[in-house]
Amino acid sequence: MSKKSDIETIKDKILKNKFSFEELVSRDFKTKYKGTVLGMGWSMLQPLLLLIIMRLVFTQFFGRTMSHYTTYLFCGNIIFSYFNESTTQGMQALRANAHIFTKVNVPKYLFLLSKNVQTLINFGLTLIIFFIMCFIDNITFTWKFFLLIIPIVFLLIFNLGVGMILSALYVFFRDMSYLWRVLLQLIMYMSAIFYDVSNYANPKIFYLNPVYVFIQYFRRIVIYGEIPGIIHHGLMIFYSVTAILIGCFMYKKFNHKFLYYV
Amino acid sequence: MSVLDVKDVSIRYKTGDFKDIGLKDFVIKKITGKYKVREFWADRHVTFKLEKGDMLGIIGTNGAGKSTLLKAISGIMIPTEGSIHREGNIAALLELASGFDPELNIKENTFLRGALLGYTRQFMNDTYKDIIDFADLWEFEDRPFRQLSSGMKSRLAFSIASMVKPEILILDEVLSVGDGAFKVKSENKMREIIAGGATTLFVSHSIEQVQSLCNKILWLHKGEQVAFGSNVAQICETYQRFLNKEISIHDVNPNICLKPQ
Repeated sequence: MSKKSDIETIKDKILKNKFSFEELVSRDFKTKYKGTVLGMGWSMLQPLLLLIIMRLVFTQFFGRTMSHYTTYLFCGNIIFSYFNESTTQGMQALRANAHIFTKVNVPKYLFLLSKNVQTLINFGLTLIIFFIMCFIDNITFTWKFFLLIIPIVFLLIFNLGVGMILSALYVFFRDMSYLWRVLLQLIMYMSAIFYDVSNYANPKIFYLNPVYVFIQYFRRIVIYGEIPGIIHHGLMIFYSVTAILIGCFMYKKFNHKFLYYV
Repeated sequence: MSVLDVKDVSIRYKTGDFKDIGLKDFVIKKITGKYKVREFWADRHVTFKLEKGDMLGIIGTNGAGKSTLLKAISGIMIPTEGSIHREGNIAALLELASGFDPELNIKENTFLRGALLGYTRQFMNDTYKDIIDFADLWEFEDRPFRQLSSGMKSRLAFSIASMVKPEILILDEVLSVGDGAFKVKSENKMREIIAGGATTLFVSHSIEQVQSLCNKILWLHKGEQVAFGSNVAQICETYQRFLNKEISIHDVNPNICLKPQ
């Protein structure tokens, strides 16, 4: 085979998968909001309602000593919700599409990617609400807000990696869905979404939780107007890259084995 | 150069306790030593070659390894031993009516299926009308898929797959779908595809159909290759006698088998 035709087959492959990918994304959107009156409006309404509830419940306990408590809450909330949604739905990606990949030869990561496009767009919508709330909460907008793109990109990579790992495990063990629900609770309480970590003897220990690293990045930029240091960046990159590498490894290793388990 | 070259392919299939068990069952069975995975050869030493324009009929009783072989050829599974060499793109239709999304309507499902089969958006835009024409489903276009009958689903699946001009087309018990009228229509379409130069593999339980359409036959029995060759009438006749229990599989004269050496 000549070089030129090699390049052409690669080009064909990308084009072919691009169409599949677009169709999968459109399917996921159509089936997700089917039958709801508000449709995508829920993506914006849900975090707002959640925020109001948390604000009402926790202000008396934690909000008195903290400035911009609403924004503090919201930072934790939107990041954790995105992580939660992306991984919980990502976990289903392989099993839910088993009827397709056992019949058609199609790259399996497409299913997870398409789910993640949806959750990313959802996250984008909640960000709009977030910035509006920041404005109401008298947050000063600085150029540093543009740096938020960094944690968002790495959170996307991290979510993809965790989604890959979970969806592969879920093919082998159905218990994963229950186990993950419990783990998510643990991660949530360890993410300091509604409380302040400075009361703890060793607040640094929270950085062992990847989700907290992302939340804290947001808070430092939005509330305190400061850019996180090298170590903070290093941790974030480390968590994301590790997750995606393990995920890719599992997909590669089990690519032709999933078939037997579904 | 052959379009499809299957060389001494063997596929090991796994089944057993690992399917649908929970973590608890898995651990307990592992500890008590009751964890069993049964492995068997779904296909053993299958060898054949197809040239451009060939139409191969694959026959054999249930559990012969036909579908597994097709899955390997289409790239969904990889052979445990041996090699498969393909020239050109493949459109595979395995277990037709499944694989559609029940919540989407016909148009959405058609595009999704087309995309997964490797067609381009341009191609789907151009041929969408022909596909629905052929499947005769215009009046149901906006219905969610779960409201369609299984015959309609299969008709649509066949129409989508047959519109393309793939180098290799794989059909798993496709021609047995639809009502009488559609059967005639789909058989004609098949002849058109063969005339167009595509290499086609298809599984059928209808010996008549195989005999009237195919120029080569592959007979599998419990994973073993009983016969392969272009002497269609002869192999079909022997197969029919085997089905009628006039002869046992061991009596099959190896001479009907024209295995490429």
